Order: sequence, then structure tokens, then C-alpha cells
Amino acid sequence: MNEPRTLFDKVWAAHEIVRSEDGEALLWVDRHYVHEGSFHAFTRLGERGEAAAEPSLTFAVADHYVPTGGSRASASNPEIARMVRTLEENCAKHHITLFGLGDPRQGIVHVVGPEQGMTLPGLLIVCGDSHTSTHGALGALAFGIGASEVAHVLMTQTIWQRKPKRMRISLAGRPEPGVAAKDIVLALIARIGADGATGHAIEFAGPAIRSLSMDGRLTLCNMAIEAGARCGMVAPDETTFRYLEGRPYAPRGAAFARAVEDWSRLKTDDDASFDRDVQLDASEIVPFVTWGTSPEDALPIDGCVPDPTSTTDETRASYLRSALEYMGIAPGKRLTEIAIDRVFIGSCTNARMEDLRAAAAVLAGRVSKVPGLVSPGSSQVKRQAEDEGLDRIFRAAGLEWASSGCSMCAGMNGDVVAAGERCASTTNRNFRGRQGRGARTHLMSPAMVAAAAVSGHLADVRLLLAGRTQ
Amino acid sequence: MQKFTTLTATACPIEIANLNTDQLIPVRFLKLPRSAGLGKFLLHDLRCDAQGHERPDFPLNRPAWREARILVGGRNFACGSSREAAVYALVDWGIRCVITPSFGDIFAGNAVQNGLLTAVVRDEEAAVLMAALGAEPSLPVTVDLAAQTIASGRDTLRFSIDPVRRLRLLNGWEDIDLTRSHGSEIAAFKAMDRARRPWAIPPNAPAPDPRP
Repeated sequence: MNEPRTLFDKVWAAHEIVRSEDGEALLWVDRHYVHEGSFHAFTRLGERGEAAAEPSLTFAVADHYVPTGGSRASASNPEIARMVRTLEENCAKHHITLFGLGDPRQGIVHVVGPEQGMTLPGLLIVCGDSHTSTHGALGALAFGIGASEVAHVLMTQTIWQRKPKRMRISLAGRPEPGVAAKDIVLALIARIGADGATGHAIEFAGPAIRSLSMDGRLTLCNMAIEAGARCGMVAPDETTFRYLEGRPYAPRGAAFARAVEDWSRLKTDDDASFDRDVQLDASEIVPFVTWGTSPEDALPIDGCVPDPTSTTDETRASYLRSALEYMGIAPGKRLTEIAIDRVFIGSCTNARMEDLRAAAAVLAGRVSKVPGLVSPGSSQVKRQAEDEGLDRIFRAAGLEWASSGCSMCAGMNGDVVAAGERCASTTNRNFRGRQGRGARTHLMSPAMVAAAAVSGHLADVRLLLAGRTQ
Repeated sequence: MQKFTTLTATACPIEIANLNTDQLIPVRFLKLPRSAGLGKFLLHDLRCDAQGHERPDFPLNRPAWREARILVGGRNFACGSSREAAVYALVDWGIRCVITPSFGDIFAGNAVQNGLLTAVVRDEEAAVLMAALGAEPSLPVTVDLAAQTIASGRDTLRFSIDPVRRLRLLNGWEDIDLTRSHGSEIAAFKAMDRARRPWAIPPNAPAPDPRP
């Protein structure tokens, strides 16, 4: 009888080429995604005179620096144009498939991978981006790496890793209307901390996960890194298989049936043990927003920001003072009294169809009190949203409907929040200066961003959903 | 890669939890090649004001700590973005070792690739070390990787580090050399795996929908 194993154990074991005596394993990489930011690694290959080892397993997407406005044929900023051009040149040189500017499949790499069926259950996927954890939503083992490791993967299609510990997040119950995957994951990070899962591979399990859509699962796994996790995973099931069938790079016909047979075995055995177990009840989770400068600074929308004088822990008090000063919020202020200057709906966290529909359901027939930008997760999502008429709802509400890219999540392409401005954002990081130097970010779900837009301040979307369906 | 054996230097305390890689090097400097030298952008927006002038009260700007080769930080140091430029900025500034209660996983992996030692100590040990440095900023600190010790004044702490990373730093080994020595195992794995998981090979995708 074999030792009971977790989903993570099974996928890890299937990729071990060598395990050294000191416990590191050399793992085979099934998919390697690269983007404009991967230029350091290509430079390294050039210095060593090496070629990409497995170009057919490497896919490139232009996302981090691409412009989201105008014709997009070329970026107007020469430095940004150079970043996109360098990626094009490196892909041509190494025979790597590129979804570049102008390609109908272009989008944010973590949206495009699943959407095109390049991301599959049981694969090991790496990318020089921390939000690579997203792809675990399909039952892949996916994690972010740095430039040196990107170069190593390009040269060998392998990576050295020590096996992380295993952590299970079990979600019971069903979320109330108006409560989204983003709220669940913010509630989780508020509870365990921004380093609560450091050194661990998370498996999201339980009834609330089984009933969660693929888009919702992608949001959860995307934010696993914000809890410090090496990766987040969801066991593949019918939802996964239905999502994948017919996608361009997914197996077809008999090969798909054979794959589903294999994928169906990718689940945690009944008696398998985890190093850590955390339980949450989705039915008790309410809409969450962040107030500070770490994703762990998240609270239910009906709460008040902390008051540094109410703690005796001087380190904590000092952190609270510093975060509140940066955010420009008085201690103890009601979250719903915090006025905003703009909104952003986009990013690899929350710019898929379900996200845009949820925001549009709140915005329909209403007008935003602040300016804002909507950047769909991919060019394909953009087309589908336009087919459904969502672009008209966003525009009628006064928001800008833009093209797809990382955009205002990291501000690399010039889409930034001005210093001192406050942005309600569907993104993943409320770090100081993340959306632009001096920018103040409040993270929340797409529906909550829409609620903040029509209210002009942070607001509980549940009060705006009466009589509407999401 | 530069080896790390022992280091005696001044150590700069930066008492900020969750000091993420967006702080270590802001995004607008990520377009630059490594050859530009990224040290001047280390912690740029915390070290410098909006006009680009140094804030004299920021620890790394204080005369006693400008030449520090060791940083002592708060928990979850360098969490967030995978940008290896965060390591480049530290190394180019002259930092060879960071001591904290915990590191972001991706950063710790990037650090070892560049000869930067990530030494993990307990929360209270980091706090004691920071307090000692606050009281005596020029206190020399000696980090011995073989012994896994940090000595300052009369105190000696033990730190932890992944044993494989320790060996790589001590010897200056690069991953690629070790990997190349496993070439035949990689080829055998690839052949076996193609038969076992045929669906893992991406098919030639149909032409995309031409709509822009």
C-alpha cells in the first residue's frame, strides 16, 4: 500500500528528475512563460552563447509594459517601445511563440495561459513573475522565479527546488451574494498574515472551492503569493475539464479523453496529511477591503481602520502609524467614510469575464463619481466583453475602456495613480508606490470597486445589489 | 559566482516588516540593464524624497551605516514581486548579507544566485541585534557561514539557512554547472515522460481568431 499523498505531492513527484542527498530536486518544467521583464535572462543566454533548450514549451506574452490606450501599434514612450521590441527580438532569435502587441491572443500572461489551454492540470509551470501561482487553479504546480532561474530554465528546461511544506485551506459553506473569491482570499491573508504561508504549497479545498468557478479559483490561487505561499492549487474536477475542452492548446479528441483520465487522479488521497490545516467558513465572509500597505491589512467593509493608541505592542503601533500616515487616513476612521479619487479594474487577479460581469452588474444604469480605467485581462476577454455589451456599461458609467495589459497594477506602462491619489483597485498589491510613487491603493473585488466608484467612497456592494443579479 | 565564507562589517538596521521588493527597487528602474549599476536605486523612494534628495534620517543614509555590508531587517523581508533586480540593487550597493526573521521565498532563491547570504534568526534575536546597533552604530558584526554564526560585541547568534544554499554560497557554485552534470538523467526523463504524459506536449494550435 502506497503512502497517501496530496495533490501537490503527486504533481511534484511526476516532475522529479534527480533528488540530491541534501533534499533538493531537479524538476522538469512543462511550460515556461516569459514576458518583457525576462530580458535579464535572455542577456545571460547571450553572454553564455546558449540557445533555448525547449522553445516549443516556452511561450512569450507582451503584458508588463504594453500600452493600454490608443492604437497600440507602437508604444509612444521610446523606453517602453524598446522593452516590447527586445522581447520580440529575443523570441525570434530563440524560436519562441510570442503573443505580442497586436496578436488577438495577447493579454496578461496569467490570463492567457489558462485561456489558451497552455496551462493544464498536472503540469509544472514557471514564469519570472510572482503571480505565476495563478495557474494552480487548474491543478498545475506553478510558481514564480527570478531572472537567474529563468535563464536556467531556458537553458535546461529544468529547475532546482526544495520541496515546500504542505498547507490546506479548507473552505466550508457558500459565500453570500456580493462576496467574491477576492473577499475570501483577503479574509484568509488578514487571518494568517502576508507571510502566513511562506515555505508552503497551498491546496484550496472544501465545498466552497468545488462550487467556485474557474475565474474565482484563478483569483484565489493568484493571491496565494500574497500570503507568502510558494504556490496555490485546486484539484482538477468537472469544472476544470469543461473549462479546458476545445481551448487552442489543450489536447484534442482522444488525447483529451486520455488526459482527463489522468487528471481525474490528481487529487489528495483521503488519509494524506498536511503540515498545516486552516479552516474558513465562506458563508461567514463579508466583503473585504485593505486599508494599509500590505495585503494583510484587510478588514470587513463595515469595520474601522486600526488606532495605533489601542495597542500596547510598540512595533505594531509604529507599523500602524506609518501605514496610516502613508495612506492619509485618520486612526479609527470608518472604512465606508474613506473617499476615493479613482478606480481601476484590471490585472491578473481580477480582469476575467466573471470579474467584468460582476463590476458591470453594479455599474449598469449608474454613473461613477470618480474617473477610472478598465483594462480587460486579455484581448480575448476584451472581445467577449464587447460582444456582451459590457464595454458600453463601463463607458456609460464614465470609465475608460482600455486594451489589455498589466496596466495600473504595477504602472510599468505609464498607467499610474498620481502621488497622494486614492485608488479602489481590483489588483493584488497595496504596497507603497505600487500603482505610482505616492499612490494609495485599496484592494477589493471588482464588484466592490464598482460600488466605490458609484459611491465616491469605499462602500458595501451588498447594499447596491438589491434587485440586481450578479 | 562570488563565494561567501566570512564577513566582518558594519550592519544597518531597517526595522520595517514586509519590506517588499517594490520598495527595494521601485518599478520604474526595472527597465535598466544590470550594467547600469542598480545600487543607487536601492530603497530609492524610502531613502530619497520626491525631489530625489536623500532623507538624512533614513538608516542607510546615516554616516555610520553608509558603508554597511550587512542589513538587519524585519519579518517577511523582500516579499512580493519576483524581480531579481531587488537582489542586484542590494549587491550593487555593497550589501553581502541580510539578517531577518523571515524572507520572501522567491527573493531568497534569487539571493543565492548572486552570492547574497540570507541569514534567518528568531524575531527576538533580530530585535536584540537591532537594539545593539541602535546603541552602537559602528559595532562590527562578523558573519561566519561555515559555522552559521553572527558575532557582535560579546554576543554570538546562530542563524539558519537552507543547507544546499549554504554549500552553494560557500563554494560559489552555479546551478547550471550542477545541472549539466545530470544531462543523461534529464534526457532519460524526457523520453520516459513523453510516453507517460503525452498530453503534456502542446499541440500545434489552430490559427487564432483574426479579430484584433
